[in-house]
Amino acid sequence: MSPVELTGSAYWLPLICAAIIAIAVAMYVVLDGFDLGVGILFPYFPEEVQRDQTMNSVAPFWDGNETWLVLGGTGLLVAFPFAYAVVMSALYVPLILMLLALVFRGVAFEFRWVAKPHHQKWDIAFAAGSTVAAFCQGLMLGGLLGGIQVDGNHFGGGAFDWFNPFSLMCGFGLVVGYAFLGACWLIMKTVEGVEQIARRLARPLCIAFLLFIVLVSVWTPLEFDRIAARWFSVPNMYYLAPVPILTLVLAVVCWRGIGGKHPGRAFFGAVGLFVVAFIGLAISTMPYLVPPTLTLWQAAAAPKSQGFILAGMSFMVPIILGYTVFVYRTFRGKIRPGEGYH
Amino acid sequence: MDPNALILARLQFAFTISFHIIFPAFSIGLSAYVATLLVLWKRTGKDHFHRLARFWTKIFAVSFAMGVVSGIPLSYQFGTNWARFSEVAGNVIGPLIGYEVLTAFFLEATFLGVMLFGWQRVAPWLHVTAAILVAAGTAISGFWILAANSWMHTPDGYVLHDGVAVPVNWLRVIFNPSFPFRFAHMMTAAYLTTSVVVLAAGARYLIRNEFETEGRTMMRMGVGMLAILGPLQMLLGDQHGLNTLQYEPAKIAAIEAHWDDDGPADLVLFALPDEANERNRAEIAIPHFGSMVLTHKWDGRFAGLKDFPRNQRPPVTSIFFAFRAMVAIGVTLIAIGLTGVVLWWRKELFTTKWYLHIVARAWWLGFIAILAGWLTTESGRQPYVAYGILRTEDALSPVSSAVIATSLTLFVLVYCVLFSIGIFYIHRLIWNGPKGEAVKPTTLPEGLPNRPLAVADRSTRESGGKVAQSPGQAVHQPGQGQIAGQPPQQPGQGKQSSGQTPQPPDEEPKP
Ligand code: HDD
Ligand code: HEM
Ligand code: HEM
Repeated sequence: MSPVELTGSAYWLPLICAAIIAIAVAMYVVLDGFDLGVGILFPYFPEEVQRDQTMNSVAPFWDGNETWLVLGGTGLLVAFPFAYAVVMSALYVPLILMLLALVFRGVAFEFRWVAKPHHQKWDIAFAAGSTVAAFCQGLMLGGLLGGIQVDGNHFGGGAFDWFNPFSLMCGFGLVVGYAFLGACWLIMKTVEGVEQIARRLARPLCIAFLLFIVLVSVWTPLEFDRIAARWFSVPNMYYLAPVPILTLVLAVVCWRGIGGKHPGRAFFGAVGLFVVAFIGLAISTMPYLVPPTLTLWQAAAAPKSQGFILAGMSFMVPIILGYTVFVYRTFRGKIRPGEGYH
Repeated sequence: MDPNALILARLQFAFTISFHIIFPAFSIGLSAYVATLLVLWKRTGKDHFHRLARFWTKIFAVSFAMGVVSGIPLSYQFGTNWARFSEVAGNVIGPLIGYEVLTAFFLEATFLGVMLFGWQRVAPWLHVTAAILVAAGTAISGFWILAANSWMHTPDGYVLHDGVAVPVNWLRVIFNPSFPFRFAHMMTAAYLTTSVVVLAAGARYLIRNEFETEGRTMMRMGVGMLAILGPLQMLLGDQHGLNTLQYEPAKIAAIEAHWDDDGPADLVLFALPDEANERNRAEIAIPHFGSMVLTHKWDGRFAGLKDFPRNQRPPVTSIFFAFRAMVAIGVTLIAIGLTGVVLWWRKELFTTKWYLHIVARAWWLGFIAILAGWLTTESGRQPYVAYGILRTEDALSPVSSAVIATSLTLFVLVYCVLFSIGIFYIHRLIWNGPKGEAVKPTTLPEGLPNRPLAVADRSTRESGGKVAQSPGQAVHQPGQGQIAGQPPQQPGQGKQSSGQTPQPPDEEPKP
């Protein structure tokens, strides 16, 4: 089935659903990105008060952030059950590892306080869980971009197909990226010692993250012809030029924000970088949900199902965004040492 | 299909979801309890309600965190372990779970932040609202997931296209025949289970002569809930069973270990079902009572296991015993509730030592009943995963048994360690009790910045020994806006208001 033969809702519904899922995943990457990043950076804060402060800066938000992951996952199940079935089977190993890592860091938010003063093990669980979860997400991203073997609509490959240098690189890249986002968040949300450490960490992380972006941008077209064709064929090149240009601009914003007075500039620059990188990846893979075989039209659920969930989404997502903003506003501003509810 | 992979995948699903349901059941109940306490506090201004709300909120936070982290793997397991199920039933099940995420998970997760961290940051009415929204979120979550699960038992409102279920009528999908019963029964189960825990904690404090005001309130609330919800649960269970008889007769036959439909059925109280020879050994039964229970007629008839070909029968032994465990616990809870009411009426509730000692040890009953109930329901649906549509053995992902064995081992290790620690922490929090002072509604200025909650800090410290008082953690900094006029409570001053007279029983939680 090629999109050309499809008309009306059979063409548009999957496209809209895919766009919404992409937005959910992007929300997840940005929102949980900074709170995983704070976890990745945890070991760099030597004192207990500093760790309390870093953790409290994300504590009211982490659960809401992680819910976007659930929305992404179930969104895929709802709108593209075939893609869901194939992707989850193919990425079984990194997925399960990621979920287990999330278990460790999630319980650490509560256990660490209840366990005091014997909370060292939860410091480790929080840091290690965050790092492993980020790394596994990178592996999954790499595994997906690298292509999944599909036989007659089912997953046809082996359990470790996703394991290759490219996906490892994506794993490290995402850990670095999240750490960078986390550092910028801490610059915005904390004071004194924590803020200073975050500013010191942010510079090298910024450089490393940009290097990874460049690496992926060079590697994927070299390895995959379809991606090279997407970016470097003639009209496309001009249409897509804003992507690298925006990346450059945002990188400069970030860099200046790290040392600058305005507390939020670096963070919002970093969020921008993530969003642009995400859009870049989406451009590379369209129209595939499971490259290089299943397009979003092939993987789509029954129109009745997609319509039903879209109706709910168009009603609920604005409400959700509304109260998400409300909570971030309620807990706005810098958090001072010793603040928290525990 | 790899037969080992099937068994392992089922074990993994059963294990992870059984761990999960323990925490939601407690979270659903506790969130409603905390919301009730906060509303009571707003209306009466009595300190001990606030102290109790604070105290149970800490426990709720731990339980909720464990519910969330154990739930996320589940939503992905439909794909990792049951890929074929996702393909066949995804069109129907998917949107229901999608609606759960949209209408419930975001609501809970977002307002949980306000509920836990907003004590000093938002106005009291907003805080109370947040608690109510969290409680509503947990119930809405139950609504959708139970609609999905009930559809797997009694599918409705769909057609099959090339073996794939396609929805035609969403209202019939959601309100499928077993859904109203399952939803009512499960929600009541969650509230019952929590009430037992609250009651047991209250009894423990009274035995120890500590926190008497709080302990009495907890006991009154717990007994009241049990006395109302216990009998209600039995009624709902009975109706649930009648409905099941209509749609899943093989499950009922297995529950009753009823082999032959050759006359009015006995009510089998005990037996060792022998599946190979299709009979019961060591049976103790009451004639005609099986018919009475299931058809409400002395001579009623219903299908026996032999009416179904062997490959369409669920396993009998586990269902038979699990069901009896649930009903036995249900009867026990009713007994506890009614005894409590009698003692209360005779003004002996807080002084009858034997009763206090029994209920203090009863906290786990609800959890076991819930697990037993789910084991009955889910095993009773076998050999189908979606009744009449897809057999469990055809639902599996193309994943090798070695991979599933590894992940299962990891899940078992991680869950057993982490969740035992979590349960231990909850136990310790309960043991330490509702220490600390309450905040008066009127003394809370709006929009204060976060500040250290001296109270919670101190009780944590007491529970764990000493914590290095870090420079920034100053507990009583002037001008940080707080508990004005309330003298901080000294550690060790646990026994308060022992002489207080019991309050009139007008603080019943609204069911
Ligand atoms: C009757 C209630 C009930 C049942 C049968 C289930 N759950 Fe659950 N679940 C809840 C009631 C609940 C809850 C009360 O809403 C939780 C528990 C604590 C919490 O944080 O929310 C929750 C949390 C929770 C979360 C985390 C939500 C978040 O991020 O806030 C997920 C992803 C799931 N569940 C998924 C599932 C799946 C896939 C199930 C079945 C296969 C399932 N739950 C059975
Ligand atoms: C007292 C008498 C009780 C009766 C007669 C009863 C009856 C039933 C029946 C017939 C089922 C199976 C439904 C099906 O066909 O799938 C069931 C399931 C269940 N029961 Fe009970 N029950 C009782 C008490 C309890 C108690 C006290 C609890 C927990 C506190 C409980 C928790 C559950 C749960 C969680 C399920 C599985 C979910 C469902 O299908 O509703 N039950 N019960
Ligand atoms: C929350 C409480 C629940 C518990 C304790 C529970 C328990 C179980 C158990 C013990 C099994 C294994 C049955 C067997 O293999 O004999 C099972 C299977 C299964 N259940 Fe549930 N269940 C629950 C809710 C749900 C819900 C809400 C859904 C779906 C929306 C669901 C979907 C499934 C599926 C897909 C299987 C796998 C197929 C199978 O092994 O039969 N369950 N569950």
